[in-house]
Amino acid sequence: MTENLANKISNKNLKNLFEDNFKNYSYVFENKNTVVFNDTEKFISIMTHLKENEKIRFEILIDVIGVDYSDFGLSEWNAKSANNKGYSRGISKDSSGRYTYKTSKTHHNQPKKRFGVIYNLLSISSNERLNVKFYCNNDKNPSLPTVTSVWSSADWYEREAYDLFGIVFIDHPDLRRILTDYGFIGHPLRKDFPLIGNVEVNYDLNKERVVYQPVTIKPRVLIPKVIRGDNEKEAKDA
Amino acid sequence: MPDIKSFTMNFGPQHPSAHGVLRLILELEGEVIVRADPHIGLLHRGTEKLAESKPYNQSIGYMDRLDYVSMMSNEHAYVLSIEKLLEIDVPLRAQYIRVMFDEITRVLNHLLWLGAHALDIGAMSVFLYAFREREDLMDCYEAVSGTRMHATYYRPGGVSKDLPLNMPKYEETKWKSKKEVNKLNEAREGTLLDFIEDFTDRFPGCVDEYETLLTDNRIWKQRTVDIGIVTKERAFQLGFTGPMLRGSGVAWDLRKKQPYETYNLLDFDIPVGSNGDCYDRYLVRIEEMRQSNKIIRQCVDWLKNNNGPVISDNNKITPPSRDEVKEDMESLIYHFKLFTEGYCIPKGEVYCAVEHPKGEFGVTLISDGSNKPYRLKMRAPGFPHLAALNEMVNGHMISDVVAIIGTQDIVFGEIDR
Repeated sequence: MTENLANKISNKNLKNLFEDNFKNYSYVFENKNTVVFNDTEKFISIMTHLKENEKIRFEILIDVIGVDYSDFGLSEWNAKSANNKGYSRGISKDSSGRYTYKTSKTHHNQPKKRFGVIYNLLSISSNERLNVKFYCNNDKNPSLPTVTSVWSSADWYEREAYDLFGIVFIDHPDLRRILTDYGFIGHPLRKDFPLIGNVEVNYDLNKERVVYQPVTIKPRVLIPKVIRGDNEKEAKDA
Repeated sequence: MPDIKSFTMNFGPQHPSAHGVLRLILELEGEVIVRADPHIGLLHRGTEKLAESKPYNQSIGYMDRLDYVSMMSNEHAYVLSIEKLLEIDVPLRAQYIRVMFDEITRVLNHLLWLGAHALDIGAMSVFLYAFREREDLMDCYEAVSGTRMHATYYRPGGVSKDLPLNMPKYEETKWKSKKEVNKLNEAREGTLLDFIEDFTDRFPGCVDEYETLLTDNRIWKQRTVDIGIVTKERAFQLGFTGPMLRGSGVAWDLRKKQPYETYNLLDFDIPVGSNGDCYDRYLVRIEEMRQSNKIIRQCVDWLKNNNGPVISDNNKITPPSRDEVKEDMESLIYHFKLFTEGYCIPKGEVYCAVEHPKGEFGVTLISDGSNKPYRLKMRAPGFPHLAALNEMVNGHMISDVVAIIGTQDIVFGEIDR
């Protein structure tokens, strides 16, 4: 997925910035606006440099996006080959829309590293955008240093990524859950979290309070995920 | 002097001034706020997770429900990101229609904001005035999409239908006499564009009315001037966009700086504040309504004189017409594939942002080549704004919290997602 596209940067300003100021770092451009840095040890110095360099000052952190790559390029419906009964009926079991908490899969099929975080930066002074991407080294306990010391707005964004993906931001001043319920268990946007969830709430007449119980709805998928077109050959079955 | 002990107060989640379901834990020293801790997520519906399980077009309706007072602007960012990955062209007429409805949406949003903000800090009547005009604009929504709020009108490649040639009319009822109905229907005799044109003629006068009620009002000024000041540097740090950033004196507007659709062909100005307080942000938004009105008028003039398709004719992405489906085998196949499976988008990552009424609304779309988004992240402008609440209310009185929540133009649909 990540071939070296450093020479493909169409944007001259970004190109100058990276050639002059980031010589000592190892990076690749995934597309013309997304750069991936390989060493997470220099994380803070990279981020500070992006904000405070003289060429393009990225004053605003627009967004922090967590991504779980574990299902990337997986097709739910084998439409490539048919047997004597015709094509597969698109009911392969092992996909995030279909399983429940008990059947959730344990193997992952991610490209190289499971979790990535994209920092979406905006430079008001130079009118440029840049996506900076880091992959988390540890798939089981993903973590990255926090950028709250560089951009204050990172505070809630990192809380959100922690809540939804379980990515721990080291040294974050107040890393609590933000969007999910008090006492929620699990990280909902991970691909092994069932779409129907794990628990539902109900009012218990006898106990006279709201209680949590395991979900009673059945998982279902109306339209299976298929990969067609140019990317069809690389597609793997779930 | 007796010792004043600090104490903690719960504001919301069911408080009329919390604009939805905000639970705010306030630590107070007397009546002065030391710390505010917003607890959000009470309206979390998992839009991003749901979108991952559906073909692209089925999630357009979810976008309306994000920021439920500026529906079409949300859709806009979503369809733009799909179009960018697909690399398809949008007909010019569709672009003008989108710009026109984006601006109608901006007026809708600012009217609700103005009404609610004024109501929160003690001016009742502005709300009634604002809703009078909102009613007309909601009728425009209804005329093109059939619904007053959750329109689902934009499509990747254009918009779902062309503008209608007649407006829905009022009918005589027990509560509305013939005379009233005739007066209401006066502007509705022609096409939708005639109606909008009539609206743009009336609207600057309406904004004047709101301004007579508020701009020089002594109470309004006491409640907003020098409240919640954010400097330019802090606004950058806190990730502010839209009127919140412009109120602090930064002339930043995506419609000018990174123009999308036909904004570079239109004539309008960007209002900028100077002090970064609630009053400046109020003035910025009022002027934005006037500028939006100007843009709407230019779009109406263009649309009246130029006809053409309103959606791309690439039938892999957009449905073929009913006639073609009945006569042409290929169209029938496209139709079937599109509605049973959707379309696949080439592998890639893309970020598209629009100047939403509240700030920069962006969509990050990651596709792995399938018919469903692999990851969809909405960048809601209200999210960083609310995150800055603690800093903005620090040292203010309890009553100012209400003014600051109001000035941030908070809507929980987009913050909680």
